[in-house]
Amino acid sequence: MKERYIPIAGTIFVFIALFLTGGALYKHFLSTLVLGDLLADNAFIIIAAIGTTFVIISGGIDLSIGSMIGFVGVVMAGLVGHGWHPLAAAAAMIAFGVLYGGIVGWIIDICDIQPFIITLAGLFLLRGSCFMVSLDSVPIKHSFVDAFSAWRIPLPGSGFLTSSAIVMLLALLAGVVIAHFTRFGTNVYALGGDRTSAALMGVPIRRTTVMIYALGGFYSALGGVIYALYTASGYPLAGSGVELDAIAAVVLGGTLLTGGVGLVVGTLFGGLISGLIATIIDFDGTLTSAWARVVVGLLLFLFILAQRTLIGTRNALRQSIG
Amino acid sequence: MEDAVPRIAMVGVSKSFPGVRALESVDFCLRAGEVHALLGENGAGKSTLIKIMTGALRQDAGEIRIDGRPATLDSPAAARTHGISTVYQEVNLVPTLSVTKNLTLERQPRRFGLISWRDAAKRARERLARLSVDIDVERPLGAYSVAIQQLVAIARALEEDTRVLVLDEPTASLDAREVELLFQILRDLKRQNIAILFITHFIDQVYRIADRISVLRNGRLVRTAAAVELHRLELISLMLGRELEAVDSAPPPAAAPAAGEPLLAAEGLGRRRYMGVFDLVIRAGEVVGLAGLLGSGRTETAKLVFGAVRSDTGRVRFKGRPITARSPRRSVRLGIGFCPENRKAEGIISELSVRENIVLAMQTKRGWLRRLPVDEQNRLASEMINVLAIATSDAEKPVGQLSGGNQQKVILARWLASKPRLLILDEPTRGIDVGAHAEIVALIRRLCKEGMALLVASSELEEIVAVSHRVAVLRDRCHVGEIAGAGVTRENIVRMIAGG
Amino acid sequence: MSREHTNSVGLTAYPRAVLVRLAEKRAVWPLLALALILVVDGFISPEFFSIRIVEGHLFGSLVDVVYRSMPTAVVALGMAVVIGTKGIDLSVGAVIAICGAMITWRLHMGDPPLIVLGAALAAALLCGLWNGLLVALLDIQPIVATLILMVSGRGIAQMINLLYGGTDPSFSSDFFAAISTGHLAMLPSRLFVGAGIFALLWLLMRRTAFGLFVEAVGGNAAAADLAGIDAKMIKLAAYLVSGLCAGLAGVVITADTHTSDPVSAGLYIELDAILAVVIGGGSLAGGRVYLGLTLLGALIIQSLTTSILMSGVPPEYNLVVKALVVLIVLLLQSHKFRARIRRSARPAGKHLP
Repeated sequence: MKERYIPIAGTIFVFIALFLTGGALYKHFLSTLVLGDLLADNAFIIIAAIGTTFVIISGGIDLSIGSMIGFVGVVMAGLVGHGWHPLAAAAAMIAFGVLYGGIVGWIIDICDIQPFIITLAGLFLLRGSCFMVSLDSVPIKHSFVDAFSAWRIPLPGSGFLTSSAIVMLLALLAGVVIAHFTRFGTNVYALGGDRTSAALMGVPIRRTTVMIYALGGFYSALGGVIYALYTASGYPLAGSGVELDAIAAVVLGGTLLTGGVGLVVGTLFGGLISGLIATIIDFDGTLTSAWARVVVGLLLFLFILAQRTLIGTRNALRQSIG
Repeated sequence: MEDAVPRIAMVGVSKSFPGVRALESVDFCLRAGEVHALLGENGAGKSTLIKIMTGALRQDAGEIRIDGRPATLDSPAAARTHGISTVYQEVNLVPTLSVTKNLTLERQPRRFGLISWRDAAKRARERLARLSVDIDVERPLGAYSVAIQQLVAIARALEEDTRVLVLDEPTASLDAREVELLFQILRDLKRQNIAILFITHFIDQVYRIADRISVLRNGRLVRTAAAVELHRLELISLMLGRELEAVDSAPPPAAAPAAGEPLLAAEGLGRRRYMGVFDLVIRAGEVVGLAGLLGSGRTETAKLVFGAVRSDTGRVRFKGRPITARSPRRSVRLGIGFCPENRKAEGIISELSVRENIVLAMQTKRGWLRRLPVDEQNRLASEMINVLAIATSDAEKPVGQLSGGNQQKVILARWLASKPRLLILDEPTRGIDVGAHAEIVALIRRLCKEGMALLVASSELEEIVAVSHRVAVLRDRCHVGEIAGAGVTRENIVRMIAGG
Repeated sequence: MSREHTNSVGLTAYPRAVLVRLAEKRAVWPLLALALILVVDGFISPEFFSIRIVEGHLFGSLVDVVYRSMPTAVVALGMAVVIGTKGIDLSVGAVIAICGAMITWRLHMGDPPLIVLGAALAAALLCGLWNGLLVALLDIQPIVATLILMVSGRGIAQMINLLYGGTDPSFSSDFFAAISTGHLAMLPSRLFVGAGIFALLWLLMRRTAFGLFVEAVGGNAAAADLAGIDAKMIKLAAYLVSGLCAGLAGVVITADTHTSDPVSAGLYIELDAILAVVIGGGSLAGGRVYLGLTLLGALIIQSLTTSILMSGVPPEYNLVVKALVVLIVLLLQSHKFRARIRRSARPAGKHLP
């Protein structure tokens, strides 16, 4: 097997093992119903995490996506309340996400500021803006929203593929194509692998950085739209902590936090792993949701440790040569 | 071909940086179909010359002619349009990307708007085939040995229209077999009438591959000659020369101390792919020099002795007792100091003040709990500023704002303040002006008279000869011999480096 | 050429030179910012500067600002040390939650207050140790290493709450009330806790060589190593300090709310703490620790919040204003940004490629 597929194989293995464990422990677990719900419930996180995957592969980090999801939700609710069609509102919000991300990327590049601190400021800004728009949960009432949540494709067995899951899978497909079959995607990997070399090899650093964060903004805004449609409401606290879930999904998906290495499709499985842990805890009934965070944290630790050892041996090798 | 117009000619090219004259009216020419070796120690001006030739820097004065016509190389892109390709010393590729991606980064073949990786891989294999390299192009570049990475870098640099290939120390991390592979490729390229500029510090390799040799020293081109006409001894002498009367006229070192108990004895010290196994003995009151060409293992020896790089064989005794668990920390506690060659990266802490930089090593020796009182720190700092004549407005100035020579003195002060038994100096006078140079040489002698032992690595033979009681001579990362007492002369060292 | 240079050379510009020298003092800008905010506050509310004595306690808006800023300030002090080593500690909020759960659990178990306090701080130190081990020994980047505890810490706090049934995570304890919301010699007692940890850290940083070593490791790790500094131990110690500070803040916050709230205790406090360090002039690139200025930074953040609340602007604007402040401070600190401004301020026609 090729080196680049080892991490993703590990991720898929963990996912299958967890799924089978659930099946062994609880009745009715091994079903398309559970699988369909898993995809539907985690769709918005995974969508947002796809954008984070690009950011992390480029060697950056984005901490503002949770706030973006909340912001998109409340503004969408407001716009629909003012008579906008939900789709128009969604398009406006996605355009906003792209613009916002682009500006963030531009600031990161021209000012040479660490991404984590600038996106931290973004976290404040967007969450504060949520509260400025609305303090309470605002329902989104529109026939389209009802149709969106009602529409689903039946799966063999008793499960369904909901519309949000379908959007997520399409977004994933787009992400895979961008990452692996466009020059921009290749540039993202080059930037994360070695910024100086990439610049010497002719990668346009500023344009690529702006595009990376714009893409991140696109995906987090899309995640916000899906979350708003899924819950049929805009809530100013929505998406709190989702940035961490997204980063966890990316890391569990086998992407190196040091940048340069990772697969977009891994993020799907990474997101599903955390979702699966929550589902198992749900099925158990005796465990609390506290377990989910702890187990995700533990898995995160193990994955980072595994990455560390992989890189460690490679560096040791290089050092003994150089 | 001898009389043909040179492919690149540099006429009277000069380049200065603030405080440094990097190149001084250099006349240099590179002919089609030749391998031209460029030699010189660190700071001789090699990299400046390459950067001007490849458009990364512009000369202050002088002219560049390509095929006899004046040309302006004001950007790397401009150099490339003239067919000049460069492979830098550090492999400037992205190790996490696949070989294919590295070879096709700025122009991937597309089908229906999307990249066709099958075509890209095919193109990558073709480019590698030109160098007779056959590897799995889908694997990440970092998975391959440095030699293969180097070849991929050459493959990337070689365009269809490449007429000049500049190789900056391509063999620095290759083993003998890999070097031979590279040389075969170079000979092949030479037959295609490509002009090759080959920067290296391995004398043996120069004579195996080069048609002509140029030597740079202190920014001047001191000699260009056909390889067959330039004797090995002469070449080394040219590289290691120095025109400083201040040092040459100084009196010879005091008599070596009687062969007493060694202060430090390294036995069979070495590290695989880093430095060959060596023994080294240093006695109190003795100055031991480390002489050799660039890349011969001077810095490597110093770092292994200090414990900055972990050895994988051998051991070190200090005052007769073996040192266990060697590390810089352990060495400092025992009373060993180390002034590194690269003061910016490994020496100064530029945000901290002159005072804080000076007391640092002494403070680590005392431990974090026994902080040196401020009065004492101030006294020590002003004493050191006086003794070493460090040019600074006051002791609280951030050391990063000082000039290079003064930074070097601050690091020296750091170690002197800690009163070491043994001080290891790696290139103590690099980048220092003439006056300060003589001062430091005088200081080394005085310290030694006071009973301190010194290990001095230097690229300047005159300096080594002026201060050393004994000299360990290095070649290709091996200790090849030792010279002591009256035998420490320039001629003897050069002969030993040359392998005579 | 830099502005400072030309000004300090020109003798005719002597008064300006004095100003420039003043501007170079690090404390000036944060102090000016604080003064500005306070003056604005004075205009908004004429009673802002009045301090009365009510029931033997000092009472007034200024006291309130200091009182409220204390937990953030304490966390920020620890953060300043970690940032000094070129690190970051994102887990402080989670550590506060864990501390709260520890206090509630042990109180429910009937331990005496001092033992409870010890247990809470021990838990915080353990968290610091964990972060420190990941960063120093396993060499994981600080953002990533502390992210792990940030993700799972609140879950751990929830699980601690389960240890005693977790039905009612509130408690009442005179001891804890006394150290958080009580008074001592007319002043809120938590100010003494804050002053105590500040004094302790100041002694550690400025009266032992620890501060020098932290700044050396953060400034140039390779040089510090060659000078014989044990960088691993220094980093480990820095995260322990940060853990301890977060623990103390956790004690004060939990004692104030009389309850363990794993979800929202200390939420976003890591951001405020980092912000306080940055406002105080600490660079995220490490190498310098300014404890006093960090304290000033925390005060600025709190007085900003207070003035937003007082001015009648909805409190929701607080986060937005804070975000804008971070952005401005970051831009002002960015060398590249300053160089850009300077270049565009130059006469036109001298554009470099």
